[in-house]
Amino acid sequence: MSTWFQRERKAIETPPEEERRVRTEGLWVKCDGCRATIWKKDLEQNNQVCPKCEHHFRLSAPKRLELLFDEGGWVEHDSELASSDPLGFVDTRPYTQRLRDAQEKLGMSDAILTVEGRLNGRSIVCCSMEFAFIGGSMGAVVGEKVTRAMELAAEKKIPLVIVSCSGGARMMEGVISLMQLAKVSAAAARLDECGVPFISVLTDPTTGGVTASYALLGDLNIAEPGALIGFAGPRVIEQTIRQKLPKGFQRAEFLIEHGFLDAIVHRRELKSYIANALDFFLS
Amino acid sequence: MAESKKSKHDRIERLEKDVNQLEPLAGSDPGAKKEIRRIRREITELRREMLDGPTAWQRTLLARHPQRPYMLDYVRLLFEGFSEIHGDRSFGDDAAIVCGMARFRGRAVMVVGHQKGRDTRENLTRNWGMPKPEGYRKALRAMKLAAKFHRPVITFVDTMGAYPGIDAEERGQAEAIARNLREMARLPVPIIVNITGEGGSGGALAIAVGDRVHMLENSIYSVISPEGCASILWRDASQADRAAEAMKITAADLYELGVIDEIVPEPPGGAHENPEETARELGRVIEHGLDEVTKLKAEELVERRYQKFRRMGHFFAG
Ligand SMILES: [Zn+2]
Repeated sequence: MSTWFQRERKAIETPPEEERRVRTEGLWVKCDGCRATIWKKDLEQNNQVCPKCEHHFRLSAPKRLELLFDEGGWVEHDSELASSDPLGFVDTRPYTQRLRDAQEKLGMSDAILTVEGRLNGRSIVCCSMEFAFIGGSMGAVVGEKVTRAMELAAEKKIPLVIVSCSGGARMMEGVISLMQLAKVSAAAARLDECGVPFISVLTDPTTGGVTASYALLGDLNIAEPGALIGFAGPRVIEQTIRQKLPKGFQRAEFLIEHGFLDAIVHRRELKSYIANALDFFLS
Repeated sequence: MAESKKSKHDRIERLEKDVNQLEPLAGSDPGAKKEIRRIRREITELRREMLDGPTAWQRTLLARHPQRPYMLDYVRLLFEGFSEIHGDRSFGDDAAIVCGMARFRGRAVMVVGHQKGRDTRENLTRNWGMPKPEGYRKALRAMKLAAKFHRPVITFVDTMGAYPGIDAEERGQAEAIARNLREMARLPVPIIVNITGEGGSGGALAIAVGDRVHMLENSIYSVISPEGCASILWRDASQADRAAEAMKITAADLYELGVIDEIVPEPPGGAHENPEETARELGRVIEHGLDEVTKLKAEELVERRYQKFRRMGHFFAG
């Protein structure tokens, strides 16, 4: 029994990143939550939620919009904004090349989409972040688009929903990316003053500068189950305190227990949750 | 013949005056913005010629020098009647941030700043100047108190960053920082920010949203430490000097990028070589900054502050 168990444990060790990527490109995916092998089609039909254990897989920015908006779609804003590489940044590769690769692969100019459309018949402005675009990081473009979305919502007096999915500020834009935290938070202050609802949805992962600015400044801050949410990343904390982190640390359930979230909302309920909240605020 | 230092200095002053006048008028006019960027570049170039100074990494080491003056040194050298305000009224009193009532050249002001320790014992108390949420919440409480009684706020920024620990996360480090950013943006009294050592990311910015942002010549201000950046992008923390250069973290870089308003010169060898002289220079720009912004009505002040940060960001607009 015990040897069987050990062998089994060994067999299901997480494969290295590269191997995992190859596997997910096939027809089957291994669930990070329950280790079950899932038919990719089933996962897609279930909005990337594991049908066995309800583990929420990451959702792309456009798929998120499909989930939230009514038939008839949306109008995109500020799609032309693109990074100018303000520092002329080069690490092991030039930043411009990293940008070009992400743009070509994803067909987006940067890590966020801003759109306007209807959610259960009600007009909203929505920003949806794309983690696959340089870790969903916030540079000048993300900062500007979020700020404009806030200004648009304030001007048109229509609610704002931001779905975050980000590793934080974009290092390759240095202090310019840091200043975006101040810029978006100032815009959030103005939005707050004009009585327009702002619902922030935190998905896996939302960390660093995005958490330390708009993602936690909603009238409601809600999260998907199991989402990693924090200021410092778990690895940085582990290195600083030289201890293993407790199980479930910085997950949505941990945050709600400590009083920092209004609700944890299953992806299947997300649209109706937002619709009800907006009804409460505005009807 | 090469231009004299004095004449370069005068040219810098004239150009700085131009920028200060142009900036509030520029709005979103691309021509004006371009012109401002050109002038800033010229100023930076002149400064480089004048200083021909240390590299970004050498400045990082100066910014972290164990004898560098800290917030309480500036309080002693520049303020009178300092009286500390403790606690966030909710959890505790974080000694990594010090707040207090004081007088600056006759004016009643609120002082807020990071405070590092001088030795291990003091650092254990001050957590090496890395605040936890209660530190940021105390700072905000002090700033709101200042606003209630129409007193300007003067901040001193010097931290490696907000503390990355279990307790800090449990008590909402990100929420505390985000709230400070939002509330500082609309605080109806002048805020004068002085970056005197390390401006470490969100943990620095959380007390650095202001009407005037000054930076000591050998201070740094960045989104992540050079070591952190190197270990992520180069996968090698020993590449920190390259990362420091690439991230553009020096006062001259930040001035050129339009992130700060003024560079405060340090004595030869760095601030620690002559804290009194450093404080004198800093006192001069603080007073000048206060004179400039205390004239404004609260609404004008807040609007100007909004536009100041609104402008930050360089991108292609299609
Ligand atoms: Zn599962």
